[in-house]
Formats: sequence, structure tokens, C-alpha cells
Amino acid sequence: MLLIHCPYCEEARPEVEFVYGGEAHIARPIDPSAFSDAEWEKLLYIRSNPRGRHHERWRHTHGCGRFFNAVRDTVTDVFETTYKAGEARK
Amino acid sequence: MSGFRLADGGRIDRRTKRTFSFDGKASWGYAGDSLASALLAQGQMLFGRSFKYHRPRGILGAGVEEPNALVTVDRGPGRVTPNLRAPSVALHDGLAATSQNRFPSLRFDMVALNDQFGAFFPAGFYNKTFMWPRAAWEKVYEPIIRRLAGLGDSPTTRDPDHYDATYAHCETLVVGAGPAGIAAALEAAANGGRVFLLDEQDEIGGGALSDPAQWAWLAEASAKLAAMDNVTVLSRTTAIGHYHQNFVVAAERLTDHLPVDAAHGPREKLWRIRAGEVVLAMGAIERPLVFEGNDVPGVMLASAARTFALRYGVAVGRKLVVMAVHDSGWRDALALHAAGVPITAIVDLRRDIAPELAEAARDARIACYPGYAVTKVSGRLAVDGVSIALAGVGKGLKLDCDAVLMAGGWTPTVHLWSHAKGSLRWDENWGAFLPDKTHEDLRCVGACAGAWDFGSGLSVGLLPAPKPLHESKAFVDFQNDVKARDIGLAVQEGFRSIEHIKRYTTNGMATDQGKTSNLNGLQIASGVLSRPVTEIGLTTFRPPYTPQSFGAMLGHHKEALFQPLRKTVIDDWADIQGAVYENVAQWRRARYFPQGSEDMDAAVARECRAVRSAVGVFDASTLGKIEVVGPDAAEFLNRMYTNPWKSLEPGRCRYGLLLGEHGFIIDDGVSARLAPDRFHLTTTTGGAARVLGMMEDYLQTEWSDLNVWLTSTTEQWSVIAVQGPKARRVIAPLVEGIDLSPEAFPHMAVREGQICGVETRLFRVSFTGELGFEVNVPAEHGRMVWDAIWAEGQKHGVTPYGTETMHVLRAEKGFIIVGQDTDGTVTPDDAGLGWAVGKKKPDFVGKRSLARPDIVAPGRKQLVGLLTEDPQMVLEEGAQIVADPNQAVPMTMIGHVTSSYHSATLGRSIAMALVAGGRDRMGDTLHIPMPGKTISAKVVAPMFYDPEGSRLNG
Ligand SMILES: [Zn+2]
Repeated sequence: MLLIHCPYCEEARPEVEFVYGGEAHIARPIDPSAFSDAEWEKLLYIRSNPRGRHHERWRHTHGCGRFFNAVRDTVTDVFETTYKAGEARK
Repeated sequence: MSGFRLADGGRIDRRTKRTFSFDGKASWGYAGDSLASALLAQGQMLFGRSFKYHRPRGILGAGVEEPNALVTVDRGPGRVTPNLRAPSVALHDGLAATSQNRFPSLRFDMVALNDQFGAFFPAGFYNKTFMWPRAAWEKVYEPIIRRLAGLGDSPTTRDPDHYDATYAHCETLVVGAGPAGIAAALEAAANGGRVFLLDEQDEIGGGALSDPAQWAWLAEASAKLAAMDNVTVLSRTTAIGHYHQNFVVAAERLTDHLPVDAAHGPREKLWRIRAGEVVLAMGAIERPLVFEGNDVPGVMLASAARTFALRYGVAVGRKLVVMAVHDSGWRDALALHAAGVPITAIVDLRRDIAPELAEAARDARIACYPGYAVTKVSGRLAVDGVSIALAGVGKGLKLDCDAVLMAGGWTPTVHLWSHAKGSLRWDENWGAFLPDKTHEDLRCVGACAGAWDFGSGLSVGLLPAPKPLHESKAFVDFQNDVKARDIGLAVQEGFRSIEHIKRYTTNGMATDQGKTSNLNGLQIASGVLSRPVTEIGLTTFRPPYTPQSFGAMLGHHKEALFQPLRKTVIDDWADIQGAVYENVAQWRRARYFPQGSEDMDAAVARECRAVRSAVGVFDASTLGKIEVVGPDAAEFLNRMYTNPWKSLEPGRCRYGLLLGEHGFIIDDGVSARLAPDRFHLTTTTGGAARVLGMMEDYLQTEWSDLNVWLTSTTEQWSVIAVQGPKARRVIAPLVEGIDLSPEAFPHMAVREGQICGVETRLFRVSFTGELGFEVNVPAEHGRMVWDAIWAEGQKHGVTPYGTETMHVLRAEKGFIIVGQDTDGTVTPDDAGLGWAVGKKKPDFVGKRSLARPDIVAPGRKQLVGLLTEDPQMVLEEGAQIVADPNQAVPMTMIGHVTSSYHSATLGRSIAMALVAGGRDRMGDTLHIPMPGKTISAKVVAPMFYDPEGSRLNG
């Protein structure tokens, strides 16, 4: 079971308190209607799925309830860092 | 009958006898014996029948690696455990064990004919043979395979035992309490941190238990550990797996070693331990050698014979031949000789033997055959001799013996290291993989680190033989009956990766996970392919290290505690009324309220008629509820839902449809605006948490500029639906401060006031199509208000109804249930809910996707009604629909039935379905093929009752 550091609670807590939220830094556009079908498909469904460093969202559901971002290595599952939503990509 | 109890020696207590039974026959041993050692001491060599060929099998190992001697232990009704390894079963009075996979008896097995026709069972046999015809699979092949290829029988009755579970934390966790593990634990404990030391055996000591020279040290070290209050030593505890960040799960067996009447408390305890540092001291397992007849009972690992002699005081035979390719075989032979076990000869494939070993053997008058290999084992139920030949192919001779000890080198036990994703490196000296790198705070010590002196040897699994490989019966995986030639065949048929070879031959896929076979299989594949082992790959070890009980995995989470059961405050009332329940999203909900001998259909028909003709009450408390508060609340909902919310006036309700960003329906519900900055949302029962999570996601991460607060209020409010023409008359005497007249309080309105003296949010809404109210009251008053409504309702023929009736009533009106009539691929238009999409709204979640090419393409599945030609025929939900009933199989399926009921109101069946191009098929007849019949049904609008909605206005 992973231990995940919540940047809001400033504590490492067990994985069962968290919910995974998919790839991070994919902002919903202000005006989706301006997107072509191909662009919208990419935004909706195409993810980077890297082997290695992955920027991803987690929510501390059974804790503070906040969404935050993390960098996790998809091979080792080691978390490089976690940081608050809205902060620049690390 | 060749094994016997040595005159002295061993750690057994010769003053304490234990009686037990094997295959119903009474036997005995000593305290400290294992089932295997006690039986060997009685001369038993035959322990089981093999998986595929039902070949007679004996003991191979003295520990958890044992692949052959699997037994079923019966501790009374519901306490039957199959597939236990005889060397790991501690002997106790009254132990009742039986051998497995034999028919009708262990000595005479009819299915062993498989073995005579072994040519019919090559690698991939199952894949190749049982492919067709399909009908034969169920009737012929499967029952035969089940009979032939089984291990023990699964228990069929409920397990009456309880299982404990706990968490622990420590600075250092040591797995394996052999000399290396004990040393690591003592060292860590001296630093003052909390230390856990786990070992799977009945007592700690590991390899030292088979080495009397270390017993004094072991006693001293054990006492020292026991005296340290920062050290927890757990024996009979198997570390099952290593998970992320040094989270180790271990199962402690608490009572199986005790007589049944002395076993109190939980049977096992599952430990979840988070450790700062994990030290793996799991030792190494000796490798068998692969030669003709290496599975005859009496052929075993040299280390096992040593353990039986020195730890249990049992000689496994009276004339032993050692077949070695490794120094450890010589060392074991000499130790056995010293303990009084007669060693006849040592055969070693190597021509050059370390002089001190050769000399010691000569001094012990043991005949030595350097450069020789065993080419054949004679005997069927027990060994009665071996043939050996120079280099396996030269001139041969026969040796008389009753047991053969194999010394094929050692495989470090790196299972938990691999669980932790630690990398491995091939070590030529060991002929095995050793731990290399890890990102965990994890290290290996002792033999599993390669840091142990077993001497040196060859790394060959397969001995040279006069017979060609494809004719030999030399076994690699004893439990799954995989022969060397099967691996040869797999390679011949084109398999190259060890992962594929493993699956095709099933090598290493039995309950022992290939503890004794993986490396030999790899070596043989490497030889056949003429490629180095490192290029063929290594299969991955996965938890659990040894088979575990389901009970230990469950712990306390069984029966009522299996998962949480949510009950409303009205649940007790329903229970008293004899409600039949169904579980919905962990809520226990009354499904219907049978009276007398009514079945479900009769009860539901009566409940439906009552709602349509008088009044019904329904506990709707499980509805998801979210309080949305803040100056931007309307703006927020406007962005989330498909329909407009900003224009909704306080005091009014609106049906909300929620899409995912992909444009498909994910939830719905009626919500009310209580004030300009306050909404009371409802969601589906099952969707409550998901919808709140999704809304929080958008609020926190996309629209953090909006000033809105979301609060789950599902459990704060009890909801009592009062539905039917007399609904108003039932609640009127109880309500204060709300004008209930139709003019003042129209359909889809909400009012705040009092009912029975407590605050209420009174919704005038209907999921039944009748005049209806949903009375929301604080949950602590829910039961009181329910009782008051129930009492008042007596004057009007009030009837309680359950979820099944609710489903029928809403289907009569064509109201969808998200998740039943939708499946995650249904858009608002598909569901006929295009009216709920705000056409003028510039944006909402999912809007852009509603314009995607596939969403606007013709031919999408659309929700329609179906009326069967036979009005009494109720379709199966989920049944597939075709347009042409005479089309050849496979037919073109154009949709499926989503909801189907008998409607008492209409006196006939009704159904809803998703059908391709459904709205263009109105009036068409479609067909639903079912076993033995095809049902015809007409496509109609999904609205069966009161299409004008006039009944809402009562
Ligand atoms: Zn937090």
C-alpha cells in the first residue's frame, strides 16, 4: 500500500484515503465549442501514458477532500513529489 | 517400507507420543514431528498421486517447497483444508490427514492409466485437444478433466472459524529466522528500534534446526530475543508479500498446530506491517535434478533427508544413494552418515571432486562415482535401485538402494525481493538469480543474498541420459507433471520466452509457484534453444509466497461485517412489517411488503394498485442529497447540468440531467432552489458519492473562482414519499405553515415549513405519475414523522411500497433509471431526454461532446417502449433484440431490453429497450430470441400510462 503525502494536510497517509484522478495538467478549455472534433477527441481521450515520470491527480477523499497533483514513476510507483492544485507543473 | 526412526538425535520429544491418522489408518509420532517426518519414520514412502498422470509420489522436500506430498487435513465440519504440504503440517494428537488425487486408493489408482498413455498428454494438450466440438466441452471433457486433474477438494460448507487481523509498525522487519535473520534481528534490536522477526516454521532457527552444532547458539539467541521488549518474534507466520514502501503482509497460524479441542480463539491472524527497513533472510531452496524416474517415491532433495535425520531423528531409507552436481550433496551425505543414516554411494556428474570431500567419503566407506549420472530409477511405489552411467551415456551399472538424494545446487529465495520490484542478476556460481538493486529500504542477508557457503557445483538441471529427450520421463515440475520433454516440445513449437513456455507447459504454475522447478525449467529451455539463460528471461514472482486461506485474507470482514450495510431510520419499521429487502449501493432497501402468502408479483401488483387508486408511502431516504450553497451556486449548477438553472425561481424544482464530459448520462435527479444562494440537490442512490466527487473536482480544479460550497446531506434528511390521489389528504393534517392547495403549491414546487412540529422541506414531486409529495425531515425525526403519516394514512387506505413497485410505477410513466436504462453510452437524445438539454446554454459539462460525429450520427440506440404480442409475456431484462428472427446465427443484434415488468395497472407486460434507430421503428414488430422460443414485441413510445400527465394535478 502506497503512502501518499498530501500537500494540504502535510502528512503522508495510506493510499486507501485517496482516490486517483487521472493525468494532471489537462485544463478544461474556457470555450470547448472552439475545439475541432479531432482536438476535442485528443483532449477527452488521449493521454500521455508514459513509462516513468507521470504527472497525475489525486484526491485526499477520506481526509481533507482536496485535489492535488503528484509526480509518480509508473515503473516503480515511487512518488517524486506532490503539490497543490494550481501550482506549476513540476 | 524403508524409512525408520533413528535411535537418537533430532529436536523431537521422544517422551511425548502423538497419535494421528493418515488415510484413516492410525499412526503415531513424537511431539515436534511434522506429518511428513512421522509418516517417514513409520516407513511410509507414498504420499500422493500426481496432478495429471496420477503417478505415485513421495516426499521431495522438508519445507514449504514440497510439491508432491499434499494432504487434506480434517478438523471437523467446515474445517477441512486441502493442499497442505505434509512437511509443514505440525503433528498433534488427533490429526486426521488424507492423501489426495487418488481413485480409489493411494496404492491402487485407476487413473494412473493416464501415465501409460502419457503420449496423449503432451505440453499444450489441454489447449489442443479440448477445443471442439463445443458441446462436448460441457458434457464430456470438463467432467473428465475435473476428475483427472484435481488437487484436493474445495470445502463445501461454511468455515466456522474466526480470523484476526492487525496492523503493526516497526523500524526493522526481518523475514526469516535462520542464522542470518536472527543475527540481523539482534543487530537491529541493539539499536533500540522496534524489531519484528517472522518465520514460517513452528520454531525459529531455519537451517540451524537441521544442524545440531548450532543448537546451543540458537537457544541462546532465542532467549536473548525473547528478553528484549522491543523485539516481536512471530513463528508460524508466513510473510506472504512485500508491497509498496515496505508494507509487508504476513499470516500467522494460531491454532492449526493444536488438537481440535485445545484450539480456542481465532484460527489465523493477518499482520499488515509497515517497516522502516525490511531485511529478507529467506534462505535458499535446493534444486532437484532432472533424470529418468526422478519422481519415484524415495527420490528427494539431499537437504530434506538431512533435515529429517538431524531435526526429526528419521532416516528416509536404509540404503541411500546421493546424486549430486554440487558439494552440498557430499556435505549432506557425510552429515547423514555421521547421524547413522546408511549412505551406499555418492554419484556426481563432476569428475573432479574437492579432495577433502572425496577423502571424507572414502573414510566413511561410501562408494563414490565421480563423472557418473543416474539414468534410471527402478521401482514404482518406492525406489528399489538406480542405474548409473559414466557421463550419463557410457557404460552403466546398477546400484541397490531404497532412496535417492538429489543435490542440484541452491536457489536463493528472492520471492519477496521480486514482489518489491527488486532487480535480479544472474550468478554463474550459483546457477541462479541473486538480488541486485531495489528502490525500497530493503536488503537481503544470508543465503537469499547469495552470501552463504553451500560449496560449489555445476549449474545443470537436466542430467545427460542415453534416451533422447522426447522419450524420457524426467520431471521438472512435480506438482504440475511437467517433464523436460514438454519444455523441449514447447520450444520446438515455437515458444521462445520463458513466460510463454511457462504458460504452455504449465511449468511453475502449480500451488508451489515453481519453487523447485523454475530454475530447472529455465536451464532446460536455455539448453534446447542454445541461448544463455539471461536471454530467456525469468518469470515473475507474485504474492502470496505460499498458498493462504481465504479466511486470513478476509479477517473480520465476513458475514455481517463483509461490507457496511446502510440502513435508514425507517428500516426497523419495514423489518417489523416483514419487508423483503434488496441491497442498493450498500443501502438495505425494502423491495416489497408481502402480505400473507403473497409472492413478489402479487405484492407488487397490490402495492401498485394502491398507489394508483389511493395512496402509498415509500422510504426514499437513500436518495443522494447535496446542499449547494453560495453566491455562485446557480452559475455552478448551470455549468454542471444540461438544463438552465439560473432562471429557476426559489421555491421551484427542476429535473437535472448530469453528463460526463464525454456527453453520456451519468446521473439525474430532481433538485430544488430554496433561496437565491441555496439549492437542495438529489442524486441517484448509487451515484451520490460519485456526483459529489465530480462536482468537487470541477469546483476545486476548473472553476476555483466560483464561490460555492458543496455538502453531502444524504444522511441528514429522511425522505418519505407520499404518492397517490389521496396523498394531500394524508399529509394535510400534519403540515403547518405551508399552503398545500394546488394553486399555492403546484407540481415541481418546494416549500419549507413544519410537519408534526419539526422542520420540513416539502417537495411536490412525483416519480410515480400520481399526485405526490416527498417529505424531507431531519433524520432524527424521520421515524416519528413516518409513524404519524402511517397513522393518518389509515383513514385513506395507505399502503407501504418498496423499490420494486417504485420501479414498475416509474416504468409505466417511462421515467428512466440511470444505470438500468442507461449504461454509460447513452446521450440525452438517445434516452429521449433531449428536452432536458438547454439549447441556448453556451456551455455545460458534456455539451461539446454532444456534437461529436458519432453522437450525431444516425442509427444510435434509442430508448423505446416494447409491448409483447402476448400481453402476459414478461421479457427478460438484458435480453437481446433482433429485427429478423429467421436470420442465421450469429444474428444481428440491434438492441436489448433495459426494463421489463408486469403492469397491474395496465393488466399486461411493459418493457423499455435501447434499440438502434428505435424512434424510427415505431409500430414495427421486433423479436427477442430466447431458449426454445422467440418472443415478438411491438415498438411503442416509452410511456404507457397517463401520457398527458393529468394525474399529477390532482
Ligand atoms: Zn489532505
